Amino acid sequence: MAKTIITPILELKGISKSFGGVHALTDVYFSLQPGEIHALIGENGAGKSTLMKIIAGVHQPDSGEIIIKDQIESFHNPLVSQNHGIAAIYQEPTLYMDLDIAENIFMGHHPQYPGIPYIKWKEMHQEAARLISLLGKQMNVYSKVRGLSIAQMQIVEMAKALSMNARILIMDEPTSALTQNEVADLFHLIRKLKLDGVAVIFISHRLEEVFEIADCVTIFRDGRFVDTKFIKETSENELIRLMVGRTLDTLFPKKQVPITDEMLRVEGLCKNGLFRNISFSLHKGEILGLSGLVGARRTEVAQAIFGINPPDQGKIWIQGKLKEIDSPNAAMKEGMAYVPEDRQMHGLILGMGIKENITLTVLRQFVKLALVDNNKEGEFASGIAQQLEIKTAGLWQKAQELSGGNQQKAVLAKWLGTKPKILILDEPTRGIDVGTKAAVHQLMGDLAEQGVAILMISSELPEIIGMSDRVLVMCEGNLTGEFSRAEATQEKIMKAATRRSVP
Amino acid sequence: MTAKKPGHSFLQKLFTNLARSRELAILALMVVIMAIVSLRTSAFFTFNNFKDILLDISMVSIVAIGQMMVMITTGIDISVGSILAVSAMAVGSIVRANPEVNPFIAILIGIGIGMLLGSFNGFVTTFMKIPPIITTLGTLSFFRGIVYIISGGTWVMAHQLPEGIKEFTMRTTFGIPFLVLFAIFLGIIFYFFVNRVPIGRQIYAIGSNYTAAVLAGIRVKLVNFIVYVISGALAGIAGVMWLSRYAIAANGTATGFELQTVAACVIGGVSVFGGSGTIPGVFMGAFFIGMINNAINLIGISEFWKQAFYGLAIILAVITDAVINNRLRRRKNN
Repeated sequence: MAKTIITPILELKGISKSFGGVHALTDVYFSLQPGEIHALIGENGAGKSTLMKIIAGVHQPDSGEIIIKDQIESFHNPLVSQNHGIAAIYQEPTLYMDLDIAENIFMGHHPQYPGIPYIKWKEMHQEAARLISLLGKQMNVYSKVRGLSIAQMQIVEMAKALSMNARILIMDEPTSALTQNEVADLFHLIRKLKLDGVAVIFISHRLEEVFEIADCVTIFRDGRFVDTKFIKETSENELIRLMVGRTLDTLFPKKQVPITDEMLRVEGLCKNGLFRNISFSLHKGEILGLSGLVGARRTEVAQAIFGINPPDQGKIWIQGKLKEIDSPNAAMKEGMAYVPEDRQMHGLILGMGIKENITLTVLRQFVKLALVDNNKEGEFASGIAQQLEIKTAGLWQKAQELSGGNQQKAVLAKWLGTKPKILILDEPTRGIDVGTKAAVHQLMGDLAEQGVAILMISSELPEIIGMSDRVLVMCEGNLTGEFSRAEATQEKIMKAATRRSVP
Repeated sequence: MTAKKPGHSFLQKLFTNLARSRELAILALMVVIMAIVSLRTSAFFTFNNFKDILLDISMVSIVAIGQMMVMITTGIDISVGSILAVSAMAVGSIVRANPEVNPFIAILIGIGIGMLLGSFNGFVTTFMKIPPIITTLGTLSFFRGIVYIISGGTWVMAHQLPEGIKEFTMRTTFGIPFLVLFAIFLGIIFYFFVNRVPIGRQIYAIGSNYTAAVLAGIRVKLVNFIVYVISGALAGIAGVMWLSRYAIAANGTATGFELQTVAACVIGGVSVFGGSGTIPGVFMGAFFIGMINNAINLIGISEFWKQAFYGLAIILAVITDAVINNRLRRRKNN
């Protein structure tokens, strides 16, 4: 930051926060001036949302200071933060669908008669209507929130912030679900708040929006503060460089494998409101990386191809034949396997043994006279477990007792058992330790060598660049870039990932 | 606000209206049933019969108020029948030994007992994070055990109870018994509580969107605890009413009562997924049950059907809700 003219309204110094040993923020600095619109940018997992929740009092930092109006404060719950004039609008809606608009605005701080816990019902509604008209809108504040559009819900959230006399407003990706006109409206409102002296922290993935609305921008990377820039003194290229600016020192065991027949081709996949016009092909022996930021809808595309949420439109060819894939079962019959991102939710049955988890997808193979042949099942499971070097006390061990890395291997084992020809991996190494990561990468290389076609969704640019033969980039449901292994750089990918529409 | 598009067919319109006002839907259904029963027997549409129905449902209504609040938070309290029985037995034993105790003091004692037992439920579910169905299933049995411990296996019989206790619920004002008036009084009090008192509104907030409630700085644990205390208190009150109306405190008092309170709530439109429910709806749900009970007796259908009816009514009400919600959602998506 070049020069500080006024004392900051909010300053964070040396903030660190970790969740279960994973560092979300390390020694972070952040400063906010009154009446400024301050953008906060960074890749997935850069720590933006964590910082926001610390400012809002939802999380407490492990170390560091929060200074508001020259006073060191501790925000040990959201109420304290609110009382300091901080309001937050989260990505996930924080509204009560069955309550009316006015109550949504005033929940937690209902206007009451002095000394009596009784709500001034009529005044509350009048005040709600006034706040909404301040935002330049008209709404029936007696109607329920259910049925409002996302843009209208955002107005309610903004009115909520106003009702708390917020001096600092934090908005986490407020534009991600809005149409272009609605975004323009929202920006108009933000500027209005700025004129009233409200400071706005604006978290966004869309760089063009940052340049349109913000006065300054702070860049985070891997949980660390990188820099704060005046928007007038920076460029899109510089911001991208700062966001991704790590050196690619991790070695990836990428094998050169001949890429041959087309195994999967999708054309014009659409799913209403999620993604549109997705076309690509995937070949034998190829690792195709699918990159993008949160909200790019990569998982949704993968789940559409795998038949979990079949697309509304579009065609899927498998080994050159047009196929109708309307369920995971149909996808598995075509030799597909999908390893989901959330191991605990979708990948493993935690209370069951490792053996049972591994054989879940292929149990039918071991059935003899309506009963499962336990010996065969055990042999099969231990074979795969050995191949993947899953570290366990025994295959009877429950999946929940394994480390994150071994859980991930167990999920892989479960799907490799089906001998897939097309393997979709959704964030295969998220949240696992370096050693296991390398093992998973090694395994991916081996599989490709055996002729498996792999579609890898990953939010880690080094992983995408290190492992992929070809890289696809998505942004908000559109394919916005395709790069060969030779072409792909972090900067190019990030540029495509922050682009709203197809170039 | 964008108004919902009018339905294309009569059926759609009907669905929309039923979904909008549950009270209206039950009312319509009740009118139909009343008409049918009246045609079968002239004993139905009489002042005295309605008085009987109201007396019968008063206790269910009182306890269902608390059940509703618990259900709005996405919980359930199936120990209410046992709390009621503890209150009836404890208060019965006290007034047997001290006949001079004023009925209103007896009610206060009942409230105290109910709050104590309710706070046990609230503590275990809220602070020990045990699912409410498990907590209250446990206390259903635990509290019933306390009834036996207090009574030593014997009953408090009618002749052992002082007149003051036995008659106060039946004392009439303009021909309406005290018990009915008292239930209405509690209904009004709690109507204002859940609609106009901040904590009452926060009950809806935590059931509707728990995360949002936390982020709004609502003391979610306190609110969650309080609903169980209130539920217990109302069951405690109902225990004293039961003692008075039936002039007996038995070990098996109010066994299965929880089912009726849940039925009243669910039929009355309280969402089994939390977040919504109204006092008028619950009272109508209770009246609906009372009316069917009464009709079963008058028409001469076997008593044995009642039990089956409660269970089926709950399931039917929930299915109706699910169907209506699905229809609305599908229409919204199209």
